[in-house]
Amino acid sequence: MQTSNVTRKELAEVVAGKLGYPLSSCSDIVDRLFNAMKASMLDGSSIKLVHFGTFSVRDKKPRKGRNPRTGKAITIQERQIVSFRPSKQLRARVNRQA
Amino acid sequence: MNKSELIEALAQDIAVPHREAAAITNTVIDTMTEALARGESIEIRGFGSFVIKNYGSYEGRNPKTGKKIKVSPKKLPFFKVGKDLREQVNKNR
Repeated sequence: MQTSNVTRKELAEVVAGKLGYPLSSCSDIVDRLFNAMKASMLDGSSIKLVHFGTFSVRDKKPRKGRNPRTGKAITIQERQIVSFRPSKQLRARVNRQA
Repeated sequence: MNKSELIEALAQDIAVPHREAAAITNTVIDTMTEALARGESIEIRGFGSFVIKNYGSYEGRNPKTGKKIKVSPKKLPFFKVGKDLREQVNKNR
């Protein structure tokens, strides 16, 4: 199934069309918005966007794993991951349209 | 960080009033929400991507009572963190 894909370009176009700024500034603005979110996560602090969801940085403990190809046991080191939990509203919106 | 803090960070970064930064932030989030509601995916280079995953119906149990219940098919937005961000988050401790 081929569905369309929204990228920074489309977001910049919507911002430009809705708020009347030049498109070139909007590309920069959208980049900066995502950069602000990245900076917050790199700071270790989660981002809570009401009606959308929460991005959080979580610590994963080290665990034993295996190289799937060789079957060799290896230790997967402790690491940090970003997880996203969609808000109730977003989950409801996604399910509303069949 | 919550939404108003994000708006404030953007307002300072691009030197516009809070109200304008709020309009921008809300437009971006609304556009993303609408795209996901239409079942479209979102891909932001260096940040991550969102896809809608379809889950079929299955028989689950109420964890409290142990009673069997039928879980209807559902869709959930799923976020996959981008390579850049994943690597940076991991390095940055």
